[in-house]
Amino acid sequence: MKIAVFVKQVPDSAAKLSVDNGAVNWGDAPLVINPWDEYAVEAALQLAEKHNGEVAAISMGGEDAKEALKHALAMGAGSAMLISDAALANADAAAAAKVFAAAVQKLGGVDLAIFGKQAIDSDTGLAPAMTARVLGWPALTMLAAIPALDAGAKTIKVERAIEEGRQVVEGKLPAVLSIVKDYAEPRYPSFMGIRKASKAEIPVWSLADLGISAPESKVRWTEISAPPAREVTSEMVTGANADEIAAKLADLIIAEGVL
Amino acid sequence: MDFQLSEEHLMVQKMVRDFVQKEVKPVIQEWDRKQEMAPFILPRMAELGILGINIPVRYGGQGFDYITLGLVCEELEAGDSPLRVVMSVHMGLNSMALLQWGTEEQKQKFLTPQATGEKYACFGLTEPGAGSDVAGMKATARREGDEYVLNGEKMWISLASKAHHALIVARTNPDADPHDGLSAFIVELDRKGITTGDIHGKLGMRAGSTGYIAMQDVRVPVENRLGEEGEGFKIAMSCLDNGRYTVAAGATGLIRASLDASVKYSHERKAFNKEIGQFQLVQQKIAYMVQQYETSRLLYLKAGWLKNQGVRNTRETSLAKWYATDASFDAASEAIQVHGAYGYSDEYDVERYLRNSKGGVIYEGTSEIHQLMQAGYALGYRKDADLRCELPAYDAEYWQAEG
Repeated sequence: MKIAVFVKQVPDSAAKLSVDNGAVNWGDAPLVINPWDEYAVEAALQLAEKHNGEVAAISMGGEDAKEALKHALAMGAGSAMLISDAALANADAAAAAKVFAAAVQKLGGVDLAIFGKQAIDSDTGLAPAMTARVLGWPALTMLAAIPALDAGAKTIKVERAIEEGRQVVEGKLPAVLSIVKDYAEPRYPSFMGIRKASKAEIPVWSLADLGISAPESKVRWTEISAPPAREVTSEMVTGANADEIAAKLADLIIAEGVL
Repeated sequence: MDFQLSEEHLMVQKMVRDFVQKEVKPVIQEWDRKQEMAPFILPRMAELGILGINIPVRYGGQGFDYITLGLVCEELEAGDSPLRVVMSVHMGLNSMALLQWGTEEQKQKFLTPQATGEKYACFGLTEPGAGSDVAGMKATARREGDEYVLNGEKMWISLASKAHHALIVARTNPDADPHDGLSAFIVELDRKGITTGDIHGKLGMRAGSTGYIAMQDVRVPVENRLGEEGEGFKIAMSCLDNGRYTVAAGATGLIRASLDASVKYSHERKAFNKEIGQFQLVQQKIAYMVQQYETSRLLYLKAGWLKNQGVRNTRETSLAKWYATDASFDAASEAIQVHGAYGYSDEYDVERYLRNSKGGVIYEGTSEIHQLMQAGYALGYRKDADLRCELPAYDAEYWQAEG
């Protein structure tokens, strides 16, 4: 079974954001692999281990994005490739989806294309469904579990984490999946994996290598502004014992209309 | 000169930092209060490969260099000092001694299971009546045919009750000069006549295991002797060159933890209508912590670099250990001061940092011993004696080959 897992290099979640001259500024926050993508890599590795598959990690971005790919390699991915092209500098989710789909086609024979549920920088969560649309594959998103997968029969049964609970869905392969936190705690990179990753030469694919022209981005950022700072007040709830504190807290929650 | 860590170094650093943040920090206060070592620590460190980080792959290790060991120790002690202590005794004082002094058979028999984490290792040098005065030890090893018979007691031994193997130094020749009459042995701690236990009521290192090893007519085959008979003192001192390196790197992590906690609190806590980081006397404390962290880091990384080159580093390692442990005690104390009354409570980590930091100032050569050593080198009174076996220089190709 061949699995493509998509990862993105993003500013650390502890980054302090500001808007400077109409552009988002992440400050000097270190770049890390998108935390949601670590769950996607974990899912890809578990599926590959169970079904004797291979995992290829793919990222789109500049040289920095190689770090995310190396993280995936160190976790256990078998190969990695970077899609980098100056024409993709301001690609929106729809444009990125066309590029991701082309990468899946270039890899060839892919049964599963796996994403994290969203990237913590743009937070749109659109890439999985849009990539599925371009490929013409089923999109099975927000997966908390994959209770059954038959690589031979090309069928899959998944559990989606939705607001109301878990939704069980059956589908056919090839498919695009997105993974949520409940799936499994991502493994740490292994030391042997770190050595392999640090020595890895990661191939770079341009749009020409993918055989596509620069896809048009539909989204225009006409203005970017920081949300107004919220006024927050805090109140300590005290009492003689836990029961009394809980009762006071419950009264406050009801009074504030939270419940 | 190159101050740049390699990509491998940075990735290992992040991996160990993540392990500490996710698995240790959330529970460490609870185990510190219980005065017990969390049972998952050793098996998890073994599973992750940390226990063999800088041992060649052919001996079951991960094949990284000595600088990586230092970085790992810094990350571990930034979480809790007893984590780093595991590396000090298992790796610095025992496994690296096997790498340096062991025969091929001893490496296969003892080092390999230690590097894979199947077996844990400790170091038995200190006795109830012999700490800094190593040559004054009372434990004996009497030769009887193809065996030695060991008697005596080792005290303040980290992992005494958890380890499978101990490197024990004992007197084999009571008539010889104390420096020539000691020998070293790798002793399996399930041998008949051995009793081990933990010491409680320590100031710090409460989530760690510190104990004793009592030996009564313990029979050990000659094959378990490390090095030649009479080489025990030199072996013990070479072990300390490696153990002290891990202590220095760990203390650097403790300074970093004190600094990070102080910076965070200085932004959060307000007094006189502004955050306390705005006050110059708080800034002074932060500035000293930065100075202490950067200085300690440079000193231990230099020692690690010398180890990688295969250059004797007793002097540099002693300086790093002395400076970093003293500095960690200062930094932790000042971190409490920054936190005010909250720092005095175990609601915050900094009081644990202070309690833990004091151990490092005492073990593996007290600060006073290191001052004497540094003065001795500077005055020309002290010279490093040649060793029959030096710690091998790091050779990436050899270290990483399957063997």
